[in-house]
Amino acid sequence: MGESPHAVTTMPTARQLGCPFDPPAELIEARQHSPISRYTFPGGKPGWLVTGYDLVRSVLADPRFSSRKEFMLHPTIDYGDIEIPPAPPGEFLLMDEPQHSRYRKPLMGKFTVRRMRLLTERVEQITADHLDAMEKTGPPTDLVTAFARPIPAIMICELLGVPYRDRGSFQEQVDSFMNGETSDEDLIAAYTATQNYLAELVAAKRANPTDDVLSELTDSDLTDEELQGIALILLAAGLDTTANMLALGTFALLRNPEQLAALRADPALADRAVEELLRYLSVAKTFMRTALEDVEVGGETVKAGSRVILSYNTANRDPERFADPHVLDLRRQDGGHLAFGHGIHQCLGQQLARVEMRVAFPALVNRFPTLRLAVPPEGVALRPETADIYGVKSLPVTWDA
Amino acid sequence: MRITVDAERCVGSGMCVLTVGEVFDQREDDGRAVVLRPEPPAETWELVREAVDLCPAAAIVLSTDRRP
Repeated sequence: MGESPHAVTTMPTARQLGCPFDPPAELIEARQHSPISRYTFPGGKPGWLVTGYDLVRSVLADPRFSSRKEFMLHPTIDYGDIEIPPAPPGEFLLMDEPQHSRYRKPLMGKFTVRRMRLLTERVEQITADHLDAMEKTGPPTDLVTAFARPIPAIMICELLGVPYRDRGSFQEQVDSFMNGETSDEDLIAAYTATQNYLAELVAAKRANPTDDVLSELTDSDLTDEELQGIALILLAAGLDTTANMLALGTFALLRNPEQLAALRADPALADRAVEELLRYLSVAKTFMRTALEDVEVGGETVKAGSRVILSYNTANRDPERFADPHVLDLRRQDGGHLAFGHGIHQCLGQQLARVEMRVAFPALVNRFPTLRLAVPPEGVALRPETADIYGVKSLPVTWDA
Repeated sequence: MRITVDAERCVGSGMCVLTVGEVFDQREDDGRAVVLRPEPPAETWELVREAVDLCPAAAIVLSTDRRP
């Protein structure tokens, strides 16, 4: 072996001031050194941090790397040697084959490109309703609560069959899983409340099936417990991710007025704009894998049992893959971003997310031609880096009424 | 150019349909990719290659058509 590999000592907890859309400087620097760096987990356990596009993609596609929950290690907190139980039934994001397929397979037909495109009109209607409400209330408003959160929430709840009246409390609980600022005690309380709610919901769907995905799934060999886990994964993914893309994406557009103007001027730009915002913002920013055997990654040997942190947001800013990666360019031609991951776990709901963003961004910027921040950009409250999904806490906006 | 899809590998991401919808579709029941045009017209080849590259499960296989 030649020189010893580059090392990163700790995962950054904050972004650089004034750069709310860019990955933390430490991670960008790590990628500049090398697409793979040594990373020592708290408690001294050796691991790796992968920041380059090609290597992140190759690890995600490689079945020698496991997604199993019981192998996971917190990147910054030392929990000692406590044993983590395997993922509960149905939570297939944290499973390998063949368990993963048992849950993903019955869902694949329910999130196809065609099925999701059929929802376009419904998304347009919900979006218009929320824009009408914003107009009626008048400026200023918080775009997160008025727009970014409710649109994807209504869609995933309708798709799965969560009654509208239950949405509010449910969303709050899910938000507390994701915001990176919830105490362990509150986390457990929120998780328990969510599980109880979902158990009741699954029982209700079995007793009285309605026209929705969860009811359709009761017509399979999946147990109630499994359905509950599936529902949790789908709701959590559907509620928080797109909501953060919409709010942070609007923030990014407002900070890049020439790009916003381009989107307004050219409706045909919408599809490309959505892909570019996905790449540029990468709100699902890091995931973890565990090597099941010794694997060579970028010239380094990742030993069996080692954890690998995959940095999606630096991969999507890799200059070897994307020209001028730190520039938001809605006309960008090079596709293939990793915002939805890669490999067998690639986001199941990505076509729904695309339809939602494809409708919501243009509708918003066209309805309010004078839309702007109601606070200085430094005043926009951001989620901490410890949050699983990055985003803004609120986005005060105003316009000429 | 001849296209086949390994249905067992397919994870139903829909990336092929999104990239070149005149060549790929997804089955209604299980979301797996199907090839609408196994021998796609030359003007789609570039997009077909992109779809092969984007497929998260490496389920699309290209071969050269051997017939004259």
